Amino acid sequence: MKQFLMGNEAIALGAVRAGVDLVCGYPGTPSTEVLETAAKHNDGSYYVEWSVNEKAAMEVAAGAAYAGARVLVTMKQVGLNVASDPLMSLAYVGVKGGMVILVADDPGPISSQTEQDTRVFAQYSKLPVFDPADPEEAYRMMADAYALSEAYCTPVFMRPTTRVCHGCSDIELLPKIERKKPEGFIKDTSRWVIFPRLAFANHQKIEARNEELAHTLSKSEYNILKKGSIRKGVAAGGVSRGYAAELLGDADVSFLEVGIPFPFPEDLAVEFLRSCDEVLVLEELSPYIERELTYLCGKHHINCTIRGKLTGDVQNAGENSAASIASQLEKFARIGAKCESAKPLDIEVPTLPVRPPVLCAGCPHRASFYAVKKAMKGREAVFCGDIGCYTLGNAKPLDMVDTCLCMGADVTVAQGLHRIEPDKVHFSFIGDSTFFASGITGVVNAVYNQTDIVLVVLDNSTTAMTGHQPHPGTAKTMMGNVSEKISIEAVLRAIGVSSIEVVDPGELTEAVEAVKRAADMTGVRVIIFRSPCIAVSKPTPAYIVKDNCIGCRMCIREIGCPAVSLVSAEDKKSPVTIDASLCYGCGLCAKVCPTGAIERGVK
Amino acid sequence: MSTTKNCLICGVGGQGTVLASKLIAQAAIDMGLSAKTAETIGMAQRGGSVVSHVRIGENLSAPMIGPGEADIIIGFEPGEAVRCIDYLKKGGTVIVNTNATIPVTASLGMHYEGAEMIEYLEKLESRGLINLIKVDGEAICHELGSQKVLNVVLLGKAASSGVLGIDTARIAEVIKARLPEKFHEINLRALKV
Repeated sequence: MKQFLMGNEAIALGAVRAGVDLVCGYPGTPSTEVLETAAKHNDGSYYVEWSVNEKAAMEVAAGAAYAGARVLVTMKQVGLNVASDPLMSLAYVGVKGGMVILVADDPGPISSQTEQDTRVFAQYSKLPVFDPADPEEAYRMMADAYALSEAYCTPVFMRPTTRVCHGCSDIELLPKIERKKPEGFIKDTSRWVIFPRLAFANHQKIEARNEELAHTLSKSEYNILKKGSIRKGVAAGGVSRGYAAELLGDADVSFLEVGIPFPFPEDLAVEFLRSCDEVLVLEELSPYIERELTYLCGKHHINCTIRGKLTGDVQNAGENSAASIASQLEKFARIGAKCESAKPLDIEVPTLPVRPPVLCAGCPHRASFYAVKKAMKGREAVFCGDIGCYTLGNAKPLDMVDTCLCMGADVTVAQGLHRIEPDKVHFSFIGDSTFFASGITGVVNAVYNQTDIVLVVLDNSTTAMTGHQPHPGTAKTMMGNVSEKISIEAVLRAIGVSSIEVVDPGELTEAVEAVKRAADMTGVRVIIFRSPCIAVSKPTPAYIVKDNCIGCRMCIREIGCPAVSLVSAEDKKSPVTIDASLCYGCGLCAKVCPTGAIERGVK
Repeated sequence: MSTTKNCLICGVGGQGTVLASKLIAQAAIDMGLSAKTAETIGMAQRGGSVVSHVRIGENLSAPMIGPGEADIIIGFEPGEAVRCIDYLKKGGTVIVNTNATIPVTASLGMHYEGAEMIEYLEKLESRGLINLIKVDGEAICHELGSQKVLNVVLLGKAASSGVLGIDTARIAEVIKARLPEKFHEINLRALKV
């Protein structure tokens, strides 16, 4: 039966079809829905968890695979950086049960810090990688990824990109593959304990395996060569294959589709290169295929020009689109139907609205940032932010995020800044999920080294940005159980933090006073702003603007809530209005208003 | 290729564009066609511009629509419809909600006027470049009793335009089969406005 599925759903169902025993991971756009789908479809035959971070997830998955289980571990591309320590060694040790490492890449980037390419990471760690062009192929690949993993006792990567993860297609679901129960862990120190001697021996085996795979994968159904009659060729990977396939149609050029980019299908690629004098490479992120083809031309003395990102023929950053690929194919071989747009060149387009992402109306983070801003007015302070919804605290008018690097770095970057400029007050802002994922070691570092920082934990009781996943502080698990909540203040006390205040940021006066007190102390001081995300709490009646609004715009200039706007943008003295469909009733605007013109409405 | 229909749905995060794209895709699949959609998910959802690319037909491989390839644009917001106009093919159809969503940036001094967007679209219409169907979404939704059905109102207009080759009866079937029963009545009314 055909089902309309999102790529991430298809990947999860592909793993379930292959008889997965354990699924774990850490949320991160665009990978999150894979694990959520696995949890939703769990008939009790496998185990699912959100692990505390990607490194923990990779190790949990490795352990289960040592015992012969089929495992899926999920993360986004920057999450792989966190998990790279276990990954690099695991590549040498290998596994017994099939292990698929799902890493979602994000060309653009659309929701990420980097445009890193997991195909390159796969090559670096010497592990095979599948690179699907669409959700349907991703679904089929999962079973083959497990088969390859078990045949060679190695973890393998599955790396979809955002447009595969979040694209939807109609997919024919295939029958479930029957498997025996996992054999269990068999003790063998010569296999499971990594020592330099074992690493050397396994390194040789891995190189031999990958050389063999470069030949056998040339015959894989995911690496496809269509030979044309003219001596021009197009090579493509990922979603670029789909764009190119449609535009090429029945064109005479040769077309190489690379669905398993590492180990690179050498025989097939050489056959392709020998049929061409000139090749255009279409891929996103790194010029991976382009480098491989250029290398093979040298190795096999093939006289063929390879064009792509390295030669400036294709843009070297950002995502590919139907438009970019059409213009590159047009330039390369005059291929591609020219579509005429309805947009005329001679009529000027009016100024379009600017819509940067903003904190939701009623978001407790807005109140927290505002309280710190008010408390520190006139004092020299630096605000170190982190990854999550609260990165949006950087937007005007709040303007409360001075640095953002990676998960957990708010706590430690503040320490480095403070060592150089000890006269300033250094704030670290961290979310509850990020605190558990990678904040705790940073706090230990600050306490141990006696660093003066103010740590502000923005505890909204969920992992909000990625779509409200539970975490250790919420106690809910993906198996439907409730465990004991891990208390952030108890963790901090155990580390040795003595100054901890828990404050509701909605109580503005109290919140400002707490920040002022903390700023005047030394050592590691913590304020936990505790108020649930609006998505996991019920709204209260919306606020309304009364007739005594003088149009001073203080509410707009100070807090920038999307529910508050001017009645007329053109009128300089326009009063404000509150959109009742957006307002959550947090009341921060009423606390800011100098004339008391905003009050809670009645339901 | 000629059987392929490309539909671009654009608006502001939270307006319900994703459901509209799912309903079109499912209706197409029920008719024995293939469908592909691409959505904006993640950080941009927080009040940002969102675009859904919906492709229906046979032998589809490209995940997204190119410039000049869309047969129809369903604009949930006038500024967003204009932002995407380059995707529309010459002679294509624009269904547009005439009510603007004013972003925080406009209150902070950056100019934005919804009426200018509609005027621009009218200029294109008068030159015969587009077929324009204007919908006062706010008023219709007010009459229906919920601002949440804007997506189905606009979808109904798109279906009755005939451009997609999917009629409202087909979409009504999908609503009945896929949405919780308590939402059937209002959405079926919204579809037929």
